[in-house]
Amino acid sequence: MRNCIHILLNDQPNMLQDVGTGEMLLDFLRQKKRLTGSKEGCAEGDCGACTVLVGRLIGKELLYEPVNGCIRFLSSLDGCHIVTIEHLRGYDGQLHPIQQAMLDHHASQCGFCTPGIIMALYALWMRVAKPTREQIEQALQGNLCRCTGYEPIIKAAQMVTQATDWPRSDPLLEERQRVKDQLKHWQDDSSIALTKQGDLGKEHIFIPKNEADLAELYAQYPDATLIAGATDAGLWVTKFLKTLPTLIHIGQVPGLKRISQTKEALILGATASYEEAMPVLLDHFPMLKDYLLRIGGWQVRSMGTIGGNIANGSPIGDMPPILIALGASITLKSKQQEREIELENFFLDYGKQDRQPGEYLHAIQIPLPSDKSHVTAYKISKRRDEDISSVAVGFNLIIKDKIIQSAHIAFGGMAGIPKRASHAEQALINKPFTQENMIKAAEKLTEDFTPLSDMRASAAYRMKVAQNLFRRFYLEHSAPQMDDKTGEAAQ
Amino acid sequence: MTHALKGIAHQAIPHDSAAKHVTGSANYADDIPEPVGTLHAYLGLADQACGEIIALDLSEVQKAPGVVGILQAKDIPGHNDISPTGLKDEPVFATKRVEFWGQPLFAVVAKSRDQARRAAKLAKLDVAKEEPCLTIEEAKKRKQPYVSPPLKLERGEAQDALSAAPKRLQGSFKVGGQDHMYLEGQIAFALPGEDEDVEVYSSTQHPSEVQHMIAHVLGIASHSVTVSVRRMGGGFGGKETQMNLFAVVAALAAKRWNCPVKLRPDRDDDMAITGKRHDFVIDYDLGFDETGKIVALDADFAARCGYSADLSGPVTDRALFHADNAYFYPHVTLRSHPYKTNTVSNTAFRGFGGPQGVIAAERFIEEIAYALNKDPLEIRKANLYPSSESLETGEIVQTKALTPYHQVVEDNILHQLIEELEHSSDYQARRAAIIKNNQTNALIKKGIALTPVKFGISFTATWYNQAGCLLHIYRDGSIQLNHGGTEMGQGLNTKVAQIVAEAFQLDLKRIKITKTTTEKVPNTSATAASSGTDLNGMAALNAANKIKDRLIVFAADHWNVPSTSIDFLPNHVKIGDELIPFASLIEAAYMARIQLSATGFYKTPKIHWDRDKGQGRPFYYFAYGAAVSEVSVDCLTGEYKVERTDILHDVGQSLNPALDKGQVEGAFIQGMGWLTSEELCWDAKGQLRTHAPSTYKIPLASDIPRIFNVDLADWSKAKEPTIKRSKAVGEPPFMLAISVFEALSMAVASRADYQICPRLEAPATPERILLAMEELNAKKDAKGAQS
Repeated sequence: MRNCIHILLNDQPNMLQDVGTGEMLLDFLRQKKRLTGSKEGCAEGDCGACTVLVGRLIGKELLYEPVNGCIRFLSSLDGCHIVTIEHLRGYDGQLHPIQQAMLDHHASQCGFCTPGIIMALYALWMRVAKPTREQIEQALQGNLCRCTGYEPIIKAAQMVTQATDWPRSDPLLEERQRVKDQLKHWQDDSSIALTKQGDLGKEHIFIPKNEADLAELYAQYPDATLIAGATDAGLWVTKFLKTLPTLIHIGQVPGLKRISQTKEALILGATASYEEAMPVLLDHFPMLKDYLLRIGGWQVRSMGTIGGNIANGSPIGDMPPILIALGASITLKSKQQEREIELENFFLDYGKQDRQPGEYLHAIQIPLPSDKSHVTAYKISKRRDEDISSVAVGFNLIIKDKIIQSAHIAFGGMAGIPKRASHAEQALINKPFTQENMIKAAEKLTEDFTPLSDMRASAAYRMKVAQNLFRRFYLEHSAPQMDDKTGEAAQ
Repeated sequence: MTHALKGIAHQAIPHDSAAKHVTGSANYADDIPEPVGTLHAYLGLADQACGEIIALDLSEVQKAPGVVGILQAKDIPGHNDISPTGLKDEPVFATKRVEFWGQPLFAVVAKSRDQARRAAKLAKLDVAKEEPCLTIEEAKKRKQPYVSPPLKLERGEAQDALSAAPKRLQGSFKVGGQDHMYLEGQIAFALPGEDEDVEVYSSTQHPSEVQHMIAHVLGIASHSVTVSVRRMGGGFGGKETQMNLFAVVAALAAKRWNCPVKLRPDRDDDMAITGKRHDFVIDYDLGFDETGKIVALDADFAARCGYSADLSGPVTDRALFHADNAYFYPHVTLRSHPYKTNTVSNTAFRGFGGPQGVIAAERFIEEIAYALNKDPLEIRKANLYPSSESLETGEIVQTKALTPYHQVVEDNILHQLIEELEHSSDYQARRAAIIKNNQTNALIKKGIALTPVKFGISFTATWYNQAGCLLHIYRDGSIQLNHGGTEMGQGLNTKVAQIVAEAFQLDLKRIKITKTTTEKVPNTSATAASSGTDLNGMAALNAANKIKDRLIVFAADHWNVPSTSIDFLPNHVKIGDELIPFASLIEAAYMARIQLSATGFYKTPKIHWDRDKGQGRPFYYFAYGAAVSEVSVDCLTGEYKVERTDILHDVGQSLNPALDKGQVEGAFIQGMGWLTSEELCWDAKGQLRTHAPSTYKIPLASDIPRIFNVDLADWSKAKEPTIKRSKAVGEPPFMLAISVFEALSMAVASRADYQICPRLEAPATPERILLAMEELNAKKDAKGAQS
């Protein structure tokens, strides 16, 4: 076991031993390192003022992602390169091209959100040399600006890429090899254990590097908090002021990150992030693109994991409805055993899941669709992007010769757990796929759900919109091109 | 030669801090290095909305790790009061009663912020619970008291005219509040000095008020208190009075423990503790004729003010001042009802009640338009105040240009402005196309609306319309500029510096803009009411002219030339036939013992206001603008997109077109948030459930209009001699977003062939849109069944 973590902060290597379980990257930057360019706007990963880049080695590649420093556990960053606004600069020591474009377009007013916005845009350009407006907006889903109305920011973002020497004009390109060498130098297979004396007792942090160590540690500390992306768990600390005596970071266990595929199923490791899983998910389910891009903001999708979205047991969770509709199962492991259960059976009741002490989520298995599958997910929220759903739904209908063979429809936000609409499903089976039948089935939702009213939506709206989405599904899937796709003869 | 200068008035130069913003080197209050030994205060909040306090047990708080001590009301040496209008209705810490969920009860001071924050949660509050009064409807029912005296504006005989009106209708309209969501939350950092001195860095729009409040609470003289602010990470009205609490507590703790003390609430606590934009319920009785001309109006404006007055008096007053928007009401009665409720005390927010007045006026127009089945734009045009030309030529008498508060609208340019925008946006053709689309497209309904705004510029508290400046020129010819206004992103410092640069004919880089501090300029007004540049720009020009005059007298004497032969040219001064660098003149003046420092002062002329009579000229002038927005609405979910917005806005002769355009765009999107996705929800117990960006949704980049054309009406020139004939810009464009709301309303109205005015309330969330459509479907069916 190693008793320290290494991070490269801008161009400074840091070896850290004295790290608390509740210590967040942003506080470390601002308070310990006096790097005050990154700001705290909300401390919950929703405003993006604290956006910094985290670079890590994926095989031989160095991948940078935008993350919310406010909810990113410092201890999760072993072997990473942290890039803050202070590190950005131009060749001449003046402004970086992105900074210059923001200035030229009057894209800052109060300036408080500006460093975070620049970091998100910088992350975008590392991926896409010439992003579209849509991509720029997606990159900024996790960044709030209250002053400018975004228009000049978008203009600035578009202008940078029009410079003929872009992206060669980015001086940080030159340091990449050195960064890789440094991170590579730190890589080892030994798990990490950190201890710190906190106000309320000893705090333990474990970073297992293999599944055996993880199982062993979790058996030993069954009350430990498992941390993957921490886009939810971060808030337990920053908002609910929970003291977490023991953390086990599971993000460095290779076996949990793996994304693979068999003839029948797609298998997502429990700690695969949205960003990591998205390309393969879209290969098989291209129709989910809009939906997936509305989950969190880019920062949240970079950090957050699909496994975490399941394991935290949220009644709304963006992924469970569609995964249940697709018939996904999950593998749970512990030191003693391994078992596979249907995802829909994992959610027992509000706040209660079928998970034993010492048991962790290992992987998610998603059956591949047949050519007769009609799959879609919809999300309803007050604001289009980066908002928690009032209603989320996954549809998976198998339609053969215009007859519905099977129907899997699951909702989030309609009950205490993500749940299938079994009465509505029953009403569809063996029925012709017509608008009338879809509307009739939608009426059965009142037998499936008694939604709540809260600050996101009223019960009446939840029910109404849930029903209307049956019609939306019909309209989208009855169009001639869909018939072509499923091989049915258009009449 | 002036073209050679960089950064003088009317040039579109960047914000003075832009380079610092983009590099992360612009310092905000939380970025100031903390001296060793800095302590952190945190507020303990009520977890009940209403009732007598039986007991407050702080024993666990005291024992918590890192805790240095606790501050309660009994520890306040001066007054336990921070009511900004002197009504003594707003304690620092509640003592006898809890009046809203989130009310501060005490502060705990600890070695770290985290420790203080955790300790604050350990208090146990026992309250004799009472049923809280949370909403305007409930306040009406319970006949709740007013937090400050209501206002009545009256002209003509509204009741008689309503009875005689050819057409008449009544209605009610509800418009929601809004949280400021300044990205930088509230913060104060206090450093104790000798004697009674204390120095406070506060994120505030009103340093003088912070200074006054600290002196009041600590029981010391104002001269012992220095308050400074270099910049805020957004204010929007939320730091006009709301920072007082945090600054006062930090100062109290700093003096008590003789240590630097910082107080920065978490976002969730910030949103629970601080006031917001007032929500209103407007009940109206409207008379009009067949052509759509308004005959008479009688309307009541009820506002949820929260538990104390704060600025609710002037806010609800301003709602009435803008209940006409751009329209002439021949007979009118308007009443305000500033209700007390058991919610956080609502406060200033960009527009200061004006937006609620304006949107009501636009609802009246909609009512008439749908009742007569006409384009609302036609009704708007029919009711506009007369143009300034028509008044000047005597074509229209001034009595047709009287507002409900008896001020003549002398400078109306909306006729020309609307006409230009109507053409440039292709309004008529697009409206026709939209109506056609709506006939055939069952799922996506579209809407378009052109709405104008007329906004009165000046504080209605007349004495606030004053400003000061302190200008130093150093021997090297560099200039330090201090004025009473504060920088919150709007670019005030840049504009004021541009004015000074032009006065001396210097490049902007010769002028250093400093933090705002009560040491340099005393007794300042809040940077609010869009007045920052109007007031401080004039004060700065006054100071610059004083020094210039001294320099001219000196130079004429020194070089023995007539003063008329002295001319300030770019970075130089022409003295007779000689051209010398500006710095040389300054050095010569210094050697000759000429005072190179001056104060400047300005007070707005012409304005007066008699609140008891409801008459006067509260506004020096009006700023105008108009916007056209087009939306499309999904009839299955109520979700919508803003497809296009065209704006033409009046800032007179812009001091800085780039910054002014930024204000227009930003205000528009902020206004759009108010009317669309930003919804404040309190639960039945009185706890705010939308208390952070996770639950309170301000617009994102993907929400803004897909096409967004923003222009300044560059032909407009302020009629009054304002600073360089420019006009204020902070607030007026906020109300341009009403075009989005009205366009949504039109899309909804299409469900009943535009024959029924939709009962759409603000904010128009997808839920409200869908339910309004459902309601209209039902009404249409009922109407169909009747006929």
